[in-house]
Amino acid sequence: MKILVTVKRIPDPVEPPKFAGGQIDTSSAKWVQNEFDEYAIETALRLAEVGGGTERLAEVVVVSVCPATKREHVTNFLAMGANRAIVVDADDTQLDAQSVAQLIAAVFRKEGADLLVSGKLSQDNESNEVSQRVAGLLDLPQATFAASVVWDRSANALQVAREVEDGVETKRVPLPAVLSVDLRIVLPTSVKNGATPEGHPYPDKPRLASLRGITMAKTKKVDVLKPADLGVSVGAKVVSRGVVAPPKRQAGKIVASVEELVEKLATEAKVL
Amino acid sequence: MSARAPYYTEDHDRLRETVRRFVQREIAPNIDAWDEAGAFPRELYAKAGELGVLGLGFPEPLGGLPCDPFHRIVVTEELARVGSGGLVAGLMSHGIALPPIVALGDEALQHKVVPRVLRGEAVAALAISEPDGGSDVANLRTTATRDGDDYVLRGSKTFITSGMRADFITVAVRTGGPGMAGISLIVVEGDRPGLTRTPLSKMGWWCSDTATLYFDECRVPAANLVGKENQGFLGIMQNFNGERLAIASMAIAFSQTCLDEALAWARDRQTFGKPLISRQVIRHKLVDMAQRIECTRAWLEQLAWRVQQGQWPIADVCMLKNAATQCLEYCAKEAVQILGGAGYIRGAKSERIYRETKVLSIGGGAEEIMKELAAKQLGY
Repeated sequence: MKILVTVKRIPDPVEPPKFAGGQIDTSSAKWVQNEFDEYAIETALRLAEVGGGTERLAEVVVVSVCPATKREHVTNFLAMGANRAIVVDADDTQLDAQSVAQLIAAVFRKEGADLLVSGKLSQDNESNEVSQRVAGLLDLPQATFAASVVWDRSANALQVAREVEDGVETKRVPLPAVLSVDLRIVLPTSVKNGATPEGHPYPDKPRLASLRGITMAKTKKVDVLKPADLGVSVGAKVVSRGVVAPPKRQAGKIVASVEELVEKLATEAKVL
Repeated sequence: MSARAPYYTEDHDRLRETVRRFVQREIAPNIDAWDEAGAFPRELYAKAGELGVLGLGFPEPLGGLPCDPFHRIVVTEELARVGSGGLVAGLMSHGIALPPIVALGDEALQHKVVPRVLRGEAVAALAISEPDGGSDVANLRTTATRDGDDYVLRGSKTFITSGMRADFITVAVRTGGPGMAGISLIVVEGDRPGLTRTPLSKMGWWCSDTATLYFDECRVPAANLVGKENQGFLGIMQNFNGERLAIASMAIAFSQTCLDEALAWARDRQTFGKPLISRQVIRHKLVDMAQRIECTRAWLEQLAWRVQQGQWPIADVCMLKNAATQCLEYCAKEAVQILGGAGYIRGAKSERIYRETKVLSIGGGAEEIMKELAAKQLGY
């Protein structure tokens, strides 16, 4: 079993974005890993490991499309416990979702992976496209927004619960497959592999990289590939025409009476 | 990305991030309650052990992870963000209890004590100070007398951090004649008959337990002796170097916590229709705090670098400890002043830190002793 996990680097969402030249200016941004991808690596590690022991049921390979020299987020995932990593060396800020999906699909094929696990979206543009596009490109079954997953190893399939608008939908997905995960996937009992003892004390968050993990991460293998190595010519079909900051919020007004409020809602705010 | 001092690498950043998250998850939501309750739960040792925080700087065969002095600074800075010295002192009390065992102890003793402590399964404490004297280590009075395969301990120790719940206590004892040549270190298990302990209430550091220990014919196997008999004094003194550097690091980190809290308050707080920070007198206070912190931190980092090169500049370490604790006394005082009434109310980090300044200028070698030791080292 080989699990591929995607990780995207994003400008730190805690820092307010800067705008320049009709775009978000990321030149001075602090880059961090997309938090939903932390849920993805946690899912993959819980599927792969026998909780409380050292045995592994699957190899976990991290993949990221980013400049080869800007891959701290990949090292972070290696520190959390992934076995090795693949970096597709490209300027991710210039690629659209389809290009990224093509690159990841190509890595999936090259690796002969059994499962792709991704966060459901990235916190920067929240487009929620890549895993679905990869599934389409690879013609594989997919389960998106997974809230829980049970790996039925004897049947080589996943049972995935997805939280949808009117309840929980349960899907059975034969492997190989594509999985995107939602917040609840990191609750202590959300991921089951049939090997980790019931009641294993998983936290309700992605694990922290242990200090030993941080040290080991530097010794793990990272393959750097160019898009051309994967036979993919990248470019953006989706072009961003401009990004501007929303108008600054005006200070509020305190009105003296209900009558005045209604009058202002009607004449100034024009919502009545 | 903000520039970092040249001593730090991406590895240190990663360590900082993981410890920061650990502190946010496990400590920050609970620290006020723990401090009021006078203890943090023992499970925190196990959690910190699992993450590797406890093992940092100890040898790998004993369950540790070697590191450089800057890793230690990073861990201290991140633990200090919640503004509780008691937490740092209690959780990291093995940081002064274990190094003599690692440096001088035989393999059997090391394997008996160190791995369990680094996993967070057992708590370790160091016991040097006595009711009759703290800084005057060479004249300590607690005795350990050889009797067959045992040593029998008589005497008492006081101001012992983690003394109440320690499972292993590294105790300085007199095994020989008077003076420094008669001193040994011996490990006493917490459940040895003849050992009794009394908790001490303190000005600050509430969530770390502090104890007086009484050894009344307390019998300990001779195999618990750390290194050779009567050769403990040097181990104690070398251990002080690490402790003093750690205290300096803590003091600077808490100074920064005070500045951060005071700055956030000054920006937010409105007085006479304007933010407090628009007052020149407040801005100058903040700059005075920042200036002291930056100077002292630069010195700390320079000394840490020298330690990394294998030097132990004792006089500098003594002077740095004083500079750092003076920096903290200043910053805590000014932060409480800037916070005003809010700084006098429990719940403000600066309020707690203010009560915790003195322990750092007294513990690990009092300010006056540091000056004397520095003077002696410098040949003045």
